[in-house]
Amino acid sequence: MMDSPLTTTTAFTLGPLAVTWPVVTTWGVMAVLAVGSLLATRRLSTRPGPVQAVLELVVETLDHEIEATIPGDPSRFRALIGTLLLFVLCANWSSLVPGVEPPTAHLETDAALAALVFVAGIGWGIRAQGLGGWLASFAKPSWVMIPLNLVEQVTRHFSLMVRLFGNVMSGVFVVGIVLSLAGLLVPIPLMALDLLTGAVQAYIFATLALVFIGSAVTGEGPPRETSASPTQDKDTP
Amino acid sequence: MNDLIQIVSIFSAALAVGLGAIGPALAEGRAVASALDAIARQPEAAGTISRTLFVGLAMIETMAIYCLVIALLLLFANPFVQ
Repeated sequence: MMDSPLTTTTAFTLGPLAVTWPVVTTWGVMAVLAVGSLLATRRLSTRPGPVQAVLELVVETLDHEIEATIPGDPSRFRALIGTLLLFVLCANWSSLVPGVEPPTAHLETDAALAALVFVAGIGWGIRAQGLGGWLASFAKPSWVMIPLNLVEQVTRHFSLMVRLFGNVMSGVFVVGIVLSLAGLLVPIPLMALDLLTGAVQAYIFATLALVFIGSAVTGEGPPRETSASPTQDKDTP
Repeated sequence: MNDLIQIVSIFSAALAVGLGAIGPALAEGRAVASALDAIARQPEAAGTISRTLFVGLAMIETMAIYCLVIALLLLFANPFVQ
């Protein structure tokens, strides 16, 4: 475990293509999620059983969160944000399976996820405001802010990537170090802390992706205003 | 020469994380304190406040994570060590 967290180990090679362990784990998590949701949604009824009730609870909570951040129909963003949330959560918690290292503890997976949010923000921004309107949103509140807004586009997605990587990787690393120092049962409290961190980071990743996309859709510039506006609305009455 | 660079790298990696954690720790303490203050004043807005708090804490925490990444770069991907 004392290897560099910045390098990846190759699992096997497909011809000239080297497949690394994070990729294998990612596809495993994807398979579990896809097969799980296929099985869970195969027999939907109006009188839901326990599985369907849990699923409906998840989707309703998600819709509520999306509506609180972006006013309007939440089903537009449900697929992307929900998938991001569930995938990051399962990926962070995959360290519970013995021998599996979470794919989010490697920079490449997080970079791919952040690139997804980046492209989604641009796409939804152009779709919601038109190309001209989206470009004009960079010049808000005045044209002086154009370089800052351009830099912010890149840095906030970069920090999205580094945040997830740093949190998950440090958890894995600390558990590895403690395991090499002390015996069998000592890292368990740290692993429990890892569970909490993983869940919080998954929530934060999904929320920030939502806030970034929301700021692109509404064209309000900095994401802080969008995330803070529901609070101000409730303060006034 | 290489040994010296490694010694300095390890020392400054520890220093980076140690000093870099001070600012975010103070900031997170202040943020949580004011969020608790707001919830005590307006318990019905607790959901919105805690959601905003989580996002804000994540933003603040990123500063400490940056320091951690710098330390990791110094330890594992130092460009000056052959």
